[in-house]
Amino acid sequence: MNQYETVFILTPVLSDVQMKEAVEKFKDFLVSNGCEMVNEEMWGLRKLAYPIQKKSTGFYCLFEFKGDPTIVKKLDTVYRRDERVIRFLTFRLDKYAVAYAEKRRHVRAEKAAQAPVEATAAETETQTTKED
Amino acid sequence: MAQNNSEIRYLTPLSVDVKKKKYCRFKRSGIKYIDYKDPEFLKKFLNEQGKILPRRITGTSLKFQRRVAQAVKRARHLALLPYVTDLMK
Repeated sequence: MNQYETVFILTPVLSDVQMKEAVEKFKDFLVSNGCEMVNEEMWGLRKLAYPIQKKSTGFYCLFEFKGDPTIVKKLDTVYRRDERVIRFLTFRLDKYAVAYAEKRRHVRAEKAAQAPVEATAAETETQTTKED
Repeated sequence: MAQNNSEIRYLTPLSVDVKKKKYCRFKRSGIKYIDYKDPEFLKKFLNEQGKILPRRITGTSLKFQRRVAQAVKRARHLALLPYVTDLMK
């Protein structure tokens, strides 16, 4: 069992419901293939640094999960088959990355607990990492 | 005429710049993992065009230069950083 992190970008043309459904689909896929979800984050609609498929924004979503190495290839296939996904990245976390991810989760959880009105994903992002 | 040859005089005193020792900021501050999700931090290692700066300029150790490069490339893939640009900062 390795720990993996995967980020995917969904097209901005989707409605809120469709977007949630797409995220659920990938989550279900992972869980049904015997993966253990560690963390999931929605970064919301963000501006892309360069256009992808003529779109300048995208909906970012991050999963952390524990699973067998074979799952990565399967997940890639699922991403490729889905037209809503415009970009994805999956990689294994090494021991330092795992520690970092855990710390980051704690910081985010504290932030969320302190301020129930959640700030924009981009803002919390930069704040958490600057504190390190 | 050639009496002052032994001593060359300048209008402004020559600035003998003291060499400041470069250091690896990751080693010094004990950062073990470089996060690709923070483009603002990664921008410190890029030039105006978005290219990765060499080690001889940033002073990063080889080990962490590799990790910086990895993080920058991941960020580029996910459109958090541009591949090419002008006037990034």
